[in-house]
Amino acid sequence: MSTVKLTVNGKAVSVEAEDRTLLVHLLRDHLNLTGTHVGCDTSQCGACVVHIDGRAVKSCTVLAGQAAGANVTTIEGIAKGDELHPMQAAFRDNHGLQCGYCTPGMIMSAIDIVHRHGGELDEATVREELEGNICRCTGYHNIVKAVLDAASRMKVAQAAE
Amino acid sequence: MYETTYHRASSVDEAAALFAKGSEAKFLAGGHTLLPVMKQRLAGPSDVIDIGKIKDLIGVQLSGDTLVIKAATTYYDIMTNTDVKKAIPAISYLTSVLGDPAVRHRGTIGGSIANNDPAADFPAALISLGATVKTNKRSIAAEDFFKGLFTTALEDGEIITEVAFPVPEKAGYAKMRHPASRFALTGVFVTKTKSGDVRVAATGASQSGVMRVSAIEAALKSNWSASAIDGVTVSAAGLLSDIHGSSDYRANLVKVMAQRAVQAAG
Repeated sequence: MSTVKLTVNGKAVSVEAEDRTLLVHLLRDHLNLTGTHVGCDTSQCGACVVHIDGRAVKSCTVLAGQAAGANVTTIEGIAKGDELHPMQAAFRDNHGLQCGYCTPGMIMSAIDIVHRHGGELDEATVREELEGNICRCTGYHNIVKAVLDAASRMKVAQAAE
Repeated sequence: MYETTYHRASSVDEAAALFAKGSEAKFLAGGHTLLPVMKQRLAGPSDVIDIGKIKDLIGVQLSGDTLVIKAATTYYDIMTNTDVKKAIPAISYLTSVLGDPAVRHRGTIGGSIANNDPAADFPAALISLGATVKTNKRSIAAEDFFKGLFTTALEDGEIITEVAFPVPEKAGYAKMRHPASRFALTGVFVTKTKSGDVRVAATGASQSGVMRVSAIEAALKSNWSASAIDGVTVSAAGLLSDIHGSSDYRANLVKVMAQRAVQAAG
């Protein structure tokens, strides 16, 4: 057992956990943040994507100890109170959720994509960048639409700041 | 996953000392090879020593005709590094087709070559470019480093610190990606060195891991062009054969990927 100290969604937390605990289990089982999902558990499907220090990573393939001292953001940490993050709003408006299982990972990856590409996104780029996130409803059309929609909303929001 | 004890090392010396104390210790950088293997209980190290945050192991340096990539530098940081793009753009490209964005944020060059998966991308780059692997104990030429499937010249407890690449005249990489795993079904890295030598290495093809392709090297040496490879036959003997592709299919892929790599190199 070790004490893992990290910042999750802006709050400092300290968790007692076995050293073999994966970050995704620390989030779900110890902190009750069950928005982050476990899909394949083999770093392929992307349902478990969270941000560590601003970068999208697969939390099923990170030991909790590796995240000690880091800033972790999960799907629960991106809305401002009742106001959805522009990516969440775009997924809702474009019917990008479907069954919803892959959605938290899709949204966390998509925010990372927009941050890295800024306003330079096109459909082909979004499709290529989302290759580490698998939707078993296989309806990528609305997901891609939502990401492109959110990219322009985030650009407008950034310009307004 | 079996129980283990996690340690975070702040220096290479500390990591080596921690390794020596553990009964069956393993080094961890990005963890994108070791953790999946531990989850399947194919590995059960007593101690996991995290070397991924050691400052001396992270970064890229270009000095003269040598590009040095430190061992714990992530694929993403290699892909976006301006010195890599300038000196050896083929390496930048290789990292852009390796895994997916989230994997590239964690995986490291040192982790890839220490594991020496027969379908990993970096071993082909090291062999083709004639790189040197530096460890906390010695320097090892790439040709002497890779010893077959999942086997390297590394001794127990030895830590890769950096990889030094001679900047080539031209280099290119092309791979046929497995659509699910994104590993190379077959990938070929071609290099024309500044002294005019030609070196071609294929990954994902041979049963014994990364290999040089001498027939293609000879063809390219006399004529550096994709069409020079038209008449070359790559032998299927000793090549991998599985549900994803027969050895004949892979032999053909070696040729086709080599042609695409030459085109990419220009």
